[in-house]
Amino acid sequence: MTLAYLIILGCRKFMTMKKHFLKTFFSVLVLASFSAGATAGVTIEHWTTAVGTRVYFVETRGLPMLDVQLDFAAGNVYAAPGKAGLPGLTRGLLEAGAGDLDEEQFAERLTDTGAQLGGGVDNDRASVALRTLSSKPEREAALALMRAVLSAPTFPEAILAREKERSIAAIREADTQPGAIAAKRFVAAIYPDHPYGVSATVESVAAITRQDVVDFHQQHYAAKNATISLIGDISRSEAEAIADQLAQALPDSGVAVTLPPVTLPEGQTIKLAHPALQSHVRIGLPAVRRGDADYFPLLVGNYSLGGGGFTSRLMKEVREKRGYVYSVSSYFYPQLLSGPFGISLQTKRSQVNDALKVVDDVLTQFMAQGPTAQELAAAKKNLVDGLALRLDSNAKLLGYLSIIGFYGLPLTYLDDFPARVNAVTIAQVRDAFARHVPRDHLVTVVVAAD
Amino acid sequence: MKLPIFFATLLFFAVLPAPTFANPSLNTFETTLPNGLRVIVKEDHRAPTVVHMVWYRVGSMDEKDGTSGVAHALEHLMFKGTKRQPPGEFNRRVAAAGGQDNAFTSYDYTAYFQIVPKGALPEMMQLEADRMANLVFTPAEFAAEIKVVMEERRLRTDDNPRAQVFEAVRGTAFLAHSYRRPIIGWMNDLENLTWQDAHDWYTQWYMPSNAYVVVAGDVEHKEVFRLAKKYYGVHKARALPERKPQNEPEQKGWRRVSVKAPAKLPYLSMLWKVPRLRDVHQDRDPYALEVLAGILDGNDTSRLAKNLVRGTRIAQSAGAGYDGTVRGEATFTMGGQPAEGRSVADLEAALRAEIARIQESGIAPEELARVKTQLIAGQTYKRDSLMAQAMEIGGVEAVGLSWRDIDLLVDQLKGVSAEEVQAVARKYFKDDTLTIAVLDPQPMDTADARPASSAEVKMRH
Repeated sequence: MTLAYLIILGCRKFMTMKKHFLKTFFSVLVLASFSAGATAGVTIEHWTTAVGTRVYFVETRGLPMLDVQLDFAAGNVYAAPGKAGLPGLTRGLLEAGAGDLDEEQFAERLTDTGAQLGGGVDNDRASVALRTLSSKPEREAALALMRAVLSAPTFPEAILAREKERSIAAIREADTQPGAIAAKRFVAAIYPDHPYGVSATVESVAAITRQDVVDFHQQHYAAKNATISLIGDISRSEAEAIADQLAQALPDSGVAVTLPPVTLPEGQTIKLAHPALQSHVRIGLPAVRRGDADYFPLLVGNYSLGGGGFTSRLMKEVREKRGYVYSVSSYFYPQLLSGPFGISLQTKRSQVNDALKVVDDVLTQFMAQGPTAQELAAAKKNLVDGLALRLDSNAKLLGYLSIIGFYGLPLTYLDDFPARVNAVTIAQVRDAFARHVPRDHLVTVVVAAD
Repeated sequence: MKLPIFFATLLFFAVLPAPTFANPSLNTFETTLPNGLRVIVKEDHRAPTVVHMVWYRVGSMDEKDGTSGVAHALEHLMFKGTKRQPPGEFNRRVAAAGGQDNAFTSYDYTAYFQIVPKGALPEMMQLEADRMANLVFTPAEFAAEIKVVMEERRLRTDDNPRAQVFEAVRGTAFLAHSYRRPIIGWMNDLENLTWQDAHDWYTQWYMPSNAYVVVAGDVEHKEVFRLAKKYYGVHKARALPERKPQNEPEQKGWRRVSVKAPAKLPYLSMLWKVPRLRDVHQDRDPYALEVLAGILDGNDTSRLAKNLVRGTRIAQSAGAGYDGTVRGEATFTMGGQPAEGRSVADLEAALRAEIARIQESGIAPEELARVKTQLIAGQTYKRDSLMAQAMEIGGVEAVGLSWRDIDLLVDQLKGVSAEEVQAVARKYFKDDTLTIAVLDPQPMDTADARPASSAEVKMRH
């Protein structure tokens, strides 16, 4: 059974209409990106291969399966000016043929092993993830295909042309949809002179050549820049052998890239016309990077503001009391460089100003006073006691392993998580919000504004 | 690949204390309380967590015209309060336990769940049992919550062109069966829904004999049975309202409908009426239809992506699916977006050609083997997720099948032959049972006088 759970409106599996779908989505997103946490019983082994690739491994023997993920500093932030979209195309084209296998042969071979290949790109990372049975014939066949993708992608010109066309069509389509318009305009406004704010356009995708893809791959998929995360039904020595072979498959080139610093945007409100029935609202600014000392006060504080689902202030005031929205939430999304703080909601366009006023009041009061003692205790309890839930499968653990590895978080980060959360005080929350969420710089985007 | 499920009897009353059933290979155990509530426990000790779900065998298909959306609205209202718990207390206590909770409504059922550290299971069962019988929501709370539901409808459907196509294709394909109505309800019905409608829904359908509990995780089944008796066992058995089948009359000719909405690419949805799985042992066609869907759109090598997206490039996207494990009418759907420069007619012709090719030439042994290989591997992968396992049990039980049949369903799919796939392609894909809906994309500035590109306004704080 394919789970429509959490997919919802996907047209094919029209199973559900969920009460708090967006809430769940956000808690998954935010917690996954936030609390690279761990709990007792998870032992992370870490080493570096001969060619300099960092490896993170957790042995789990409960199921006969193995997950392997490689992460590269090859996300959207690394696109050269005028080439937005190149990182995503490069990642996608890895599967367009490798070695002497063409695109269809590769897909057939992989499917025949029972394995699944996934991954993608975000602002910072490009990922290649393999899920396979751990039985030796299937595992070795699948890993050989993964190595082929990493070492010898062929990047056929015709497939690049096809994928450029599909990307351009998808961009044109997204530019008609209010949620997508709001998301794109929001990042452009909060990162006005930075690659974090640049989205792929019809022109930037059209400008990408095969040589761009080849060069990007050589420069950003190098062994020294990669991390390998493994979890599953293998021994440490097997993990070492797998990691060595994967690392040796990677280019030994690679460039060190210096990213420009993020600066704060001017505070402003941007209104865009659109015929939608609902206004789509995004409020926020660049706020926090991975590893920031204020991360825990922001995490704990945001739970009470708008990260804790139905128990959060935004949800109570905007949805529960007034019925203005189906979904309202706030989040911090830490990145390599300063990642966004954001508040998002959608509401019937005639009442958007009323909703914005409530959000403003909630934020003002929260910034001035921080959470109450009761709210703080509730936030800590959920974050600490809920840690077990976020680590109860190989898939979830793999997500945390890859974040710890890619961002270089301490291996003890997981064990430290409860103590770090519990140490947060109301004053620290107030202080951290004041410094990381300067109100004068907040950007508001309203799509389908009157 | 989705497991098909069959539908037999909906109602299940135990008049005597039922024996406990167990299937050691699945680590799954079942009992029935004297009030008719069934409890199914899947033991999985990989991590100290547990999923607790309550499924009610009532969904939007049980609604009447004029009150569409009431099943889903009641799902929202279930989070208000009870005689013992003030509004908001349910969410607060789940959060305090370190847990996550949510709920969902489908055509066939309504389900509620919490994912918690295992020590919190008794409290979750107490809370869920409480709102099974003691729900309280005021007219004022109803009035605020129905506004939330209307915002949800705007978000999911009214501003979502593809969701409107989906609504149109179902609304056109079904004339008599209640699957013609959207789960979330028509907007006008939501505007006219009353506190009484929601309250009546609750009293009619929410009772132990119309529900079952699924618990998956680091638990011991006898202890769960004991807790279930303690918390859920106090409720009295009651009689359910009569359900009429509302079977759809035979369709005698194709139907077409179009929807205009702001978008760039058109979208095409084709829906054929096909049989659902009724007899898990005797049926063959539903399994063959499921494999056919896998051949067309089950993995990276499937025909629609290979031939229409990657090969001829007629499609920007294309998909197919069989929904045969339902209480009501089963459907087989195909659809997608034409590539830029190609028309909906091109895509429709290409999708029809894919069916025709299988009708004429059948499928290759390697294709069939691939679908089965992925199905078998998927049986291992699904065990990585407690929620997936609980959902699978709940999903088969929702349509009257038993969790005991899950392995049999997989075996039946493994037994499908290439000839059977070709036979169902020939048998069911006739125009007389086909409904087609098309999104007719509109430029944004015809619906709104101001083009977005020139209407950006900036203001300083």
